[in-house]
Amino acid sequence: MTGKEQGGAAVVALTDVAKHFGSVRALNGVSLEIRAGECLSLVGHNGAGKSTLVNIVNGTLRPSSGELAFPRAGDAAAAKAGIRSVFQELSLCPNLTVAENLRISHSALRGIGWRRKAAAEIGQSLDTVFPGHGIDPMVTVDSLTIAERQMVEIAIGFAPRGGAAELVILDEPTSALDAGIAEQLLTHIRRFCAGGGAVIFISHMLGEVFDVASRILVMKDGLVVADRAAGAFTRESLVAAMGHVAADAPEESTASERALGDEVVRTDRGLSARKGEIVGLAGLAGHGQAEALARLYLGSTSSWKSPREPRMVFVAGDRPRDGVLPLWSILRNASASILPRITRHGLVDRAAEEQVAAEWKQRIGIRTDDLANPILSLSGGNQQKVLFARALASTAPIVVMDDPMRGVDVGTKRDVYTMIRAEAARGRTFLWYSTETEEICECDRVFVYRNGTISAELTGTDICEEKILEASFELQETGT
Amino acid sequence: MPALFSRAWIWSWLATIVVFGLTLTLTGRNGAGGLAYAALAFGAFSVIVGLGQMLVITLGPGNVDLSIPAVMTLSGTLALKAMDAAPGTAFLGLAVALLAGLATGLANYILIAALRLPPIIATLAASLVYQSVAIWSNRGLRIKPPEALADFATGRSLGVPNVALVALVLSVAVWIVLERGAFGRWLLASGQNMRAARLAGMPVERVRATTYVTVALFAGLGGYLLASFSGGASLDMGQEYLLTSIAVVVIGGTSIAGGHSNVPGIWGGALFMFLVVSMLNSYGLGAGIRMVLTGLIIIGIVIAANGRRARR
Repeated sequence: MTGKEQGGAAVVALTDVAKHFGSVRALNGVSLEIRAGECLSLVGHNGAGKSTLVNIVNGTLRPSSGELAFPRAGDAAAAKAGIRSVFQELSLCPNLTVAENLRISHSALRGIGWRRKAAAEIGQSLDTVFPGHGIDPMVTVDSLTIAERQMVEIAIGFAPRGGAAELVILDEPTSALDAGIAEQLLTHIRRFCAGGGAVIFISHMLGEVFDVASRILVMKDGLVVADRAAGAFTRESLVAAMGHVAADAPEESTASERALGDEVVRTDRGLSARKGEIVGLAGLAGHGQAEALARLYLGSTSSWKSPREPRMVFVAGDRPRDGVLPLWSILRNASASILPRITRHGLVDRAAEEQVAAEWKQRIGIRTDDLANPILSLSGGNQQKVLFARALASTAPIVVMDDPMRGVDVGTKRDVYTMIRAEAARGRTFLWYSTETEEICECDRVFVYRNGTISAELTGTDICEEKILEASFELQETGT
Repeated sequence: MPALFSRAWIWSWLATIVVFGLTLTLTGRNGAGGLAYAALAFGAFSVIVGLGQMLVITLGPGNVDLSIPAVMTLSGTLALKAMDAAPGTAFLGLAVALLAGLATGLANYILIAALRLPPIIATLAASLVYQSVAIWSNRGLRIKPPEALADFATGRSLGVPNVALVALVLSVAVWIVLERGAFGRWLLASGQNMRAARLAGMPVERVRATTYVTVALFAGLGGYLLASFSGGASLDMGQEYLLTSIAVVVIGGTSIAGGHSNVPGIWGGALFMFLVVSMLNSYGLGAGIRMVLTGLIIIGIVIAANGRRARR
């Protein structure tokens, strides 16, 4: 907590700002000042208006009404006022190098040898935020793991870029990072704020919020419902302010209560699962879990056949790359995996399609008034719900999930956990890669990955943060 | 009305109507029927091959079939040779043309999928082979189509050219598959994001193979009808359809980035392409200036259609 007030003018000031998209009121009159040295955390459910608020501050969206000012810089443009954004949807150009990506937002880099200067600047920024990161600024972004890309985005956000960052907006920055790297980021945020910078930090992980925020702003339905110093909240009061009652953990239906069936998955690399089992894939991000799942899925399904009863379905975590079909409506995205089942004589039975989609909209709580709306009109977390609905609506006995909870709010996560347990009790098998320990603890059996191979298999009470970390790092310890 | 203007195909239709009107100011109103008939008859061939090209372009960036002209020439040549102007062989000729389409389509797909060649290179290189086979089998002979077939290809039913009716039936079939069929969904999804479509359990390879075979079948049919329509196959009969097949797709509002098809736009684009040339002809312009103007007009239409979509 480094909220030492530095007085002076606010970095950014919003007065009664509202934003409407047609009839949708994304933001309903928000007044807010952020001062230097503050780390403001923005929390709320998917669709509460967090992303809209952030996009108004950084100048991507124009407010429908109300005023936006940058009193400290005295300039009307967000970019000139030193406002930087790091997005949850990765926005790097994959075909360019890390250094070239910095150049995109730093137009003063020019002339002979600009690549070298860019490499030095981004390298230094990476060293500052993530000591020991091991990323070469001269490699192209598509050769980096998703966690490394996120690290590069964050480093670009904090890089000087010819001026100095005054306010850095971080939208779910840790969702793709493992615990160790996330801790480095939080440390840097504290250091940055202590040095007079300001941060807007959006996260669904309340632990991190309490760890780093000096002030917490709770949003709900486009309004600010609470705005207090972080110390004035407890975990329970924060969840209550967001509008979800802090329920006691629902009764666990562990594997011992569920009857596990025969083994339905076994790969030559040691990954296995039984009928009705929830199998977790843990370990540091980018150690081969996603690849193992992709290999399993692509190897078990065909790109020539599309059976009515598929053996396996896939829930993507990297939505733009692996999941969302961006030109389509919510309805068509949701029904993408069940087409063979609802097709008669080659034609899609649209009544059946709408019925299935409406049922899942309700079961999983997709926030929209019309399923015919484009998928991209939904917030990131709601898009993720559509991808869950797509997979669970199928009859496939095995569900493969590649870190699917990125950007999903606390309330929805609990609903999905419950749904997964219920489906598992009915005999479905889940293979679940997650970077969050909380999710791994939902599993019956856990494989910990290290450097692309399984380093440990944990069951029962052994599934805890300590054991997982131990298995994730073992090699480094013995190596030194 | 705003809903109508947000449809990408409306621009090609508006342009068609304007050009039609401009031509009539010169030729007088009496020419209207004849001009419309000619546009439908000649436009029909652009529609047939344009529909196939549209399906390929819908597969996503980089997908295009440049072998359409060669496949048209090859299938027209082989079909006429098989029929040898004998009466009662029309269906034999059709079967030969479609077989030629099937074979070239499969060959294109194998080059693209097995050798991982970019479609532009694969289809362009393959078209040299197809063209050579056509030259080799033709040997400069000009065989006439059987009389009944020639009568059908140049004839009319209910005042509409028969070839236009064939194109209409194909268009309706393609429209149904795209709008209502599971295959259409798979194709449109593959064009948006092949990897996401595959991970959603869609048979993306089957879709790609079927699409490349379909475009070649359409080109085969187009070549067969065109050869019958124009009284014999010639070695450059497909040439103009290289640009035309792509132009009608783009003018018609199909997304060049893939994942979005537009069947009505193909008709607008095909009629427009014919009418714009005949308008410039009737204004008595030289060949050079005619091509420059055609190019400029196409660019204008594409900007209008795409600009509307971006603002939507």
